[in-house]
Amino acid sequence: MATAETRRLTAPDRLRRSLSNGRVSAALILLPPALILFTLFVMLPLGESVWYSFFSWNGYGTPTDYVGLENYQRIAGHSVFHTAVGNTLKIVAISILLQMPLALLLALLIYRKTPTNAVFRLIFFVPYILAEVAAGLIWSFVFDGNYGVTASIAQSLGTESFFILADRDWAFVAVMTVIVWKYFGFHMMIYIAALQSVPEDLIEAARIEGAKRRQIVRYVQIPHIKPAIIVSAFFAIIGALQVFDIIIPLTNGGPSNQTHTIVTYLYTFGLTRLNIGFGSAVGVILFIAAITVAVFYQRFFMQRGQA
Amino acid sequence: MTRGHLIRNILRVAFLCIVASFVLAPMLATVLGGFKTNAEIRTSAFALPESWNWEFYGSIATDPMFWRYLGNSLLISISAVALTLIVGAAAAYVFAQIRFFGSRMLFSYLLLGLMFPFATAILPLFIKVRDVGLLDTYWAVILPQAAFSLSLAILLFRTFFEQLPKELFEAAYIDGCGYVRFFWRFTLPLSAPILATVGVFVFVQSWNNFLLPLVVLNSREVFTWPLGMMQFRGEYVTEWNRTLAFVTLTIVPAIVFFLAAQKYIVAGLTGGAVKG
Repeated sequence: MATAETRRLTAPDRLRRSLSNGRVSAALILLPPALILFTLFVMLPLGESVWYSFFSWNGYGTPTDYVGLENYQRIAGHSVFHTAVGNTLKIVAISILLQMPLALLLALLIYRKTPTNAVFRLIFFVPYILAEVAAGLIWSFVFDGNYGVTASIAQSLGTESFFILADRDWAFVAVMTVIVWKYFGFHMMIYIAALQSVPEDLIEAARIEGAKRRQIVRYVQIPHIKPAIIVSAFFAIIGALQVFDIIIPLTNGGPSNQTHTIVTYLYTFGLTRLNIGFGSAVGVILFIAAITVAVFYQRFFMQRGQA
Repeated sequence: MTRGHLIRNILRVAFLCIVASFVLAPMLATVLGGFKTNAEIRTSAFALPESWNWEFYGSIATDPMFWRYLGNSLLISISAVALTLIVGAAAAYVFAQIRFFGSRMLFSYLLLGLMFPFATAILPLFIKVRDVGLLDTYWAVILPQAAFSLSLAILLFRTFFEQLPKELFEAAYIDGCGYVRFFWRFTLPLSAPILATVGVFVFVQSWNNFLLPLVVLNSREVFTWPLGMMQFRGEYVTEWNRTLAFVTLTIVPAIVFFLAAQKYIVAGLTGGAVKG
C-alpha cells in the first residue's frame, strides 16, 4: 500500500523522465525494420533504375558501358513503344468513356439495399476478385477460334471461325473488352458506397418538389458522389499504366507487337532479353508518368486527405 | 405500383440480367468446359456436358504439383501479410505515439511507395535478389511484396492508431507499461479491424501477383499458382478442358474466400486500392 502511494506521488516526475527515455528506445526498436525493408526493396531499386538506365548492361558484373541518354533515345524512337503508350491511352479512354459510365449506371440501378440488388452486386464484383492471369486465360479460351468458345459460336452460326487475338486491328479491342469485364465492378462498388451515403431526405425533398428520377440523378446524386467519381478515374488511369498480367495469357504482346502496354514492353524488351539498362529506362519513364499523374491529380482534383 | 413503374422495373431487371450474363458466361463456359471432351467444347461451349467427365478435374486434384503451387502461394502470401502487419504496425505506432525530430519526414518517405507502380523497379529488384542469392526462394517474393505494401499499411495504421483513446496509454504508462509493451499488449489487439482490412488486401495482392514471381522464380518446385497455371497451359495448348479445370480449381477457393471475408475485401479493395 505504502509503495503504491509513493509511486503515485512521484508519478509526474517519473512520467516525464521515462517518457523521454522509453520514447527513444521504442522508436529505435520499432521504426528501423520498416525503414530497412522499404529502403532495400523499394527506394534503392528505384534509385538503381535511374542509375542503370544510363548504361548498356546485360546484368552481369557491374555496369561499365556508360551510354548517357542513348537508352531513352532508343525508346523514344521505337515504334513498339509508341504502340504501347497508345494502348495505355486507349485503356484510359475506354475506362472513362465506357467503363465508368456503365459502372455508374449499374450503381444507380442497384445501390439500394435489397436482396436482389445484393445478388447482382456480387455477380458484378466477381471478375474483380479473380486473378488477372485467370481472367486472361478464361478469355483467351473465349476468343480461341480453333478450340474455344469462338470456334463453337462460329460453328453454330455456320460461318468461318475468326481469330480476334491474332488480328492486328482487333486484338487490342479484345484486350479492352477483358479489361472492362474485369474492372467495371470495382468502379461500381466505389459508386455504390458513395450513393449509399447520399442523405435520403435530400432525394425525398427533391421528389416532393416534383423532380423526375432523371433530374434527381443529374442534380442530386451525381454531384454528391463527384469525389468518388474522381477517385475512380484516378484508379483507372494508374491501373492503365500497370496492365501486364492480363496481356500475357491473352496475346503476350502480339500479333506483331500490337498489344503491348508499357509494362509488357518493359518485360519483353528489358528483362527477357536481359537489356537491363534499356528496361530500367522504361521503368524510369513509367515512374515519371505515374508521379506526374499523381501530382497533377492531387493538384487539380483531390481535396486534402482523399489521396 | 403503377404501370409505368412496372415497365421500368422490368426493363431495369432485364438490363441487369444482360450485364450479368456478359459477366457470368465466360466463367460458366470455363467451369463446364472442365467436364467436356475437347471435341464437345468446340461444338457447344455453353451447353451442359453430354456426360460429366470428372477425369480432368480429378487428374489435377490428385496432381501433387497442383497442391505444391497452391501451398507455395499460401506460404508466400501469409508470410507477406505477417511481415507487412508487424513491421508496418510497429512503424505506424511510432508515428502515431511519438513525436520526434524528423518524424514527419520519415513518414512521408515511407509513403513514397504509394506513388508509383511495382513494375518501375522490377529490373533492379531482379538484380538485387539475384546478387544476394535469393533467386528461386520464397524470400525473393515475400520481401519485396511486404516492402511495397508497407506504405499503404503505415498510412492506414497510423490514422487508426491516432484515434485510439489517449487516456488508455496514459493510464498504462503510469502503471509502468512502456511504449513497446503497450504496442503489443494494447494497440495491436485493439486494432483488429484495420489489421484485418490491410491483411486481406495484402493477401489478395500477393496471392494474385504474377509479375514478381515470374521474374524471380525459375524452378517449378517454388512456383506460385499463377506461374503453375501458365506452365500447365503451355503443356496442354490444345487441350482446353484440362486448362479450364485447372483455372476452375484455382478460382473456386478465391470465390469462397471472397464470400467469407467480403466485408474486409470490399473495404480493403475500394479503400486501399490506391496501389491499384
